Amino acid sequence: MNMKELKFKQKSRLWEFLGEKFIAVNAFVALIAIILIFIFIFKEAVPIFTDPEIREEVTLGKMVFKQEFYEGRDAKWSWQPNSEVPKYSLFALFIGTLKAAIIAMLFAIPLGIGAAIYSSEFAGKRMREIIKPVIELLAGIPSVVLGFFALIVLATFLQNLFGLTFRLNALNAGIALGIAIIPIIFTVAEDAMTSVPRSLREAATALGANQWQVSLTVVLPAALPGLSAGVVLGFGRAIGETMIVLLASGNAAIISANFVDSVRTFSATIAAELAEVVFGSGHYSVLFFIGSLLFVFTFIINFSGDMLLTRIKSRFQGKMN
Amino acid sequence: MTSTASKIIDTGQIATNGLDFKPKTQGNIPRGLTLLAVIIIILILAIILGNIIYGGVGTINWEFLSHPPENGMESGGIVPAIFGTVFLVILMVIAVIPVGVFTAIYLHEYTSPVSRLTRLIRVAINNLAGVPSIVFGLFGLGFFIAFIGGGLDSIFYNSEGPVWGQPAIIWASLTLALLTLPVVIISTEEAIRTIPRELIEASYALGGTKLQTIIRIIIPQALPGILTGSILAVSRGAGEVAPIMFTGAAYYLPYLPSKLNDQFMEMGYHIFVMATQSPDIEATKPILYGTVLVLLILTFLLNFIAIYIRSGMRRRRASLQ
Repeated sequence: MNMKELKFKQKSRLWEFLGEKFIAVNAFVALIAIILIFIFIFKEAVPIFTDPEIREEVTLGKMVFKQEFYEGRDAKWSWQPNSEVPKYSLFALFIGTLKAAIIAMLFAIPLGIGAAIYSSEFAGKRMREIIKPVIELLAGIPSVVLGFFALIVLATFLQNLFGLTFRLNALNAGIALGIAIIPIIFTVAEDAMTSVPRSLREAATALGANQWQVSLTVVLPAALPGLSAGVVLGFGRAIGETMIVLLASGNAAIISANFVDSVRTFSATIAAELAEVVFGSGHYSVLFFIGSLLFVFTFIINFSGDMLLTRIKSRFQGKMN
Repeated sequence: MTSTASKIIDTGQIATNGLDFKPKTQGNIPRGLTLLAVIIIILILAIILGNIIYGGVGTINWEFLSHPPENGMESGGIVPAIFGTVFLVILMVIAVIPVGVFTAIYLHEYTSPVSRLTRLIRVAINNLAGVPSIVFGLFGLGFFIAFIGGGLDSIFYNSEGPVWGQPAIIWASLTLALLTLPVVIISTEEAIRTIPRELIEASYALGGTKLQTIIRIIIPQALPGILTGSILAVSRGAGEVAPIMFTGAAYYLPYLPSKLNDQFMEMGYHIFVMATQSPDIEATKPILYGTVLVLLILTFLLNFIAIYIRSGMRRRRASLQ
């Protein structure tokens, strides 16, 4: 081997080394991003627990329990961060978030799962070619557009239909949220059902079951973890979705069991208030605390969704071979 | 022999008789119910699209697409919003494509799929995809603007007022880049999986190094997937509002953004502003509908192109197997 060749080899080895390191650095961006999001959201929420000045204004207890804001009045949960006596009861927002998400789930689960069952079990090739693009189009609608539609069209329609006092309310926001999560539920559920091994279907058919019996008694139970994963992931999205609820829910933090009252959700509260808040104030910390809650919650949701999907994957792969 | 055979036939007949009891009417109920879900979803999509097209088609003309907003957004066009959106997604694509593509390559070519590191990165990607968009907005504010931007200001521009430590198009686009990173990684991975293994092995057999194989074989072969990922990322990024609300989008600007630390107008945010801040919603409505329609056409067009490229890629993979 002469010198020239050796030099060339060394040079190319250096490039290989640098190339690998460069690619590796890129691969760590997602991991680092998740860690940084965690750190930077929590960092701004920490003063609620440590800063004595902010703790006079707001503490964990004040965010969770009923407070007696004015002497002699009843203790209550209330979200009024800009009033003279700032009130930071997260309970009021929690109820709002939950109400909107529950309505969304009640609306989206039957439609999403139903359509997934039809598409995977009953639909012919042509029908499937209609369903798939419809779902993709629905998924492609930006959430601000759905929020706009709920604000301008759906709200008026629902008000006239039920004779409601508030135009913008939990029902309106919930239905619009439901439309946004149908594609998630459908896609995950349909994937799970079509991945049920042929052998299972064939075995059931060989035992004399007809098509719908195979679907409902064999395929559906086998794909159940996948269906649950779809529902769980849809719920996570419903809790975190911002623009739809910001536009369509009315944004009044009312605590009631009435589903046609206005609601204020966690995400909409951040979106509506962060722009006007004083940097580093108690209010600022509370908004980041809400952000931390959303982050932790969706983290858990995604993790459980993934677990369910892994389970269904290993279940089918085990049975196929 | 004959007795066993006849027994099997007997039991078979009993079984089918039992199961085929009124199969038609029983089978029609689940089929009909699930078909109903499909029809409702198609109707929802049709109503939303129909309403927006009907409301917006009269507004869209050359003036609308070539003039800035006038008269408190009650007349004029949306040029600054279109320009801002395009500028924003171009910066986002420049940031997200290399990182996403190299992450996918790293996961496939440099690590084993079962290694702990790969699994950790995958968990991070999945969770990044599930973080609510409003949390990305908080992160953009806390990390990019306050930490990075504020840090740059205090090092290079002391006491001159914020230069980088303020909402700006660069911070908004980087925030969106993180949000769309999973989309790019997932489509690139899908494309890498369609590359015939023989092609990669042939490259190694001819003495090609890993880096050469990546540059000459893997990236060119995965190009359709990279393209699909970019287009889907653009379509997602163009429609997201929550992450850019605090990181750079402005209500109204008399000039177009020309520097990386300028604020900008954006279509989705423009819709939100007009729908919520307008003093006279009826007067703004035609412009509002027009903007929604333009945004919808843009995102759908991008989605269609992406789906078209992807289906071609899937056909190629199917033909290989």
